[in-house]
Amino acid sequence: MKILIVDDFSTMRRIIKNLLRDLGFSNTQEADDGLTALPILKAGGFDFLVTDWNMPGMQGIDLLKAVRADAELAGLPVLMVTAEQKREQIIEAAQAGVNGYIVKPFTAQTLKEKIDKIFERVDGGG
Amino acid sequence: MSTETIAVNAGVSEDTLAHAEALVREMRAGNETQVTNLLNLINTAREEGIYHEVGKMTRQLHDSLNSFTQETRLDELTEDEIPDARARLRHVITLTQKSADRSLGAVEKTLPKCDQLSERITKLGSSWQDFKRREMSVDQFRALSVELEAFFTDAEQDTVDIRDGLNEIMMAQDFQDLTGQIISRVIELVEEVEGNLVELVRITGTKFSGAEEKDTGKDKKPDIEAAGPAIPGVGKSDLVSGQDEVDDLLSSLGF
Repeated sequence: MKILIVDDFSTMRRIIKNLLRDLGFSNTQEADDGLTALPILKAGGFDFLVTDWNMPGMQGIDLLKAVRADAELAGLPVLMVTAEQKREQIIEAAQAGVNGYIVKPFTAQTLKEKIDKIFERVDGGG
Repeated sequence: MSTETIAVNAGVSEDTLAHAEALVREMRAGNETQVTNLLNLINTAREEGIYHEVGKMTRQLHDSLNSFTQETRLDELTEDEIPDARARLRHVITLTQKSADRSLGAVEKTLPKCDQLSERITKLGSSWQDFKRREMSVDQFRALSVELEAFFTDAEQDTVDIRDGLNEIMMAQDFQDLTGQIISRVIELVEEVEGNLVELVRITGTKFSGAEEKDTGKDKKPDIEAAGPAIPGVGKSDLVSGQDEVDDLLSSLGF
């Protein structure tokens, strides 16, 4: 399982990377905003995307929309991990096709639950 | 219209009145040179009055702005303190980044030691059970004895290392004190600037009619703006209070 972690703060990328490794996902790559993430995703091979919302360049919500609009990437599971917690934003992300939404600060347990749930659905739904 | 009524009218001086009466006389007499002179005199007097008023108002504005900048340290604020505040806030980013790196570095160094310790304990424990059940040859017991001795030595060092790692994480939190102070000072500065802006608006007598919709000036405004992290005590409506509410909201949307 190859995972791309997108966040403009290296600290947060590092925390997520460490948490994912603890959960048994050690094949991760990092990008600092949507603009750098998109070409990496398009190069292929990723099974999962974890992205922040508020980033310079291209924001997470626009990255999500770009992923869903791309024929190759449309089915990629996307988990948002963000400090954005306005209702309209969560609804916007849901409508854009996000698979999970975690608000910061979060715990390792929350991350595990959301990832488990996403893959249950992805595997179950085919 | 009697001369009396005119004299009572505000702002008309005795001189101007005399000039006006003379003007009528000279016009009737058809004395053009005198008429021109008198008109000039009347105009000059009138202009002088306006200049005097404008001058008075300019002086007043100048004085109030002067005392405003002196009382409010506006120069200091714009020249020194606001650039300072920017630098201080950047410093907060640096401090917190350093602290996070330091803590995460210590965690990454310490966790494998815990894992190794735990593995060796499991292995030794199982050998010990074998010994207790007398399922161990003399040679095996000798090996266990050597292994145990090595474990005691290593475990001592490992626990010291783990302790150092935890201490390192603890010490990395020292940024909080510093960043707290820095941010408090920036908050004070922001309050002072806010007070000054209110005062400036009062002095210039400007009234803002209802706030117009902001134009961010960007070519393409995103459909939905990022609001940033929720700050306790800063009023923002329509926020969820935590992960549980996010989950409820998403499940209400069929997630």
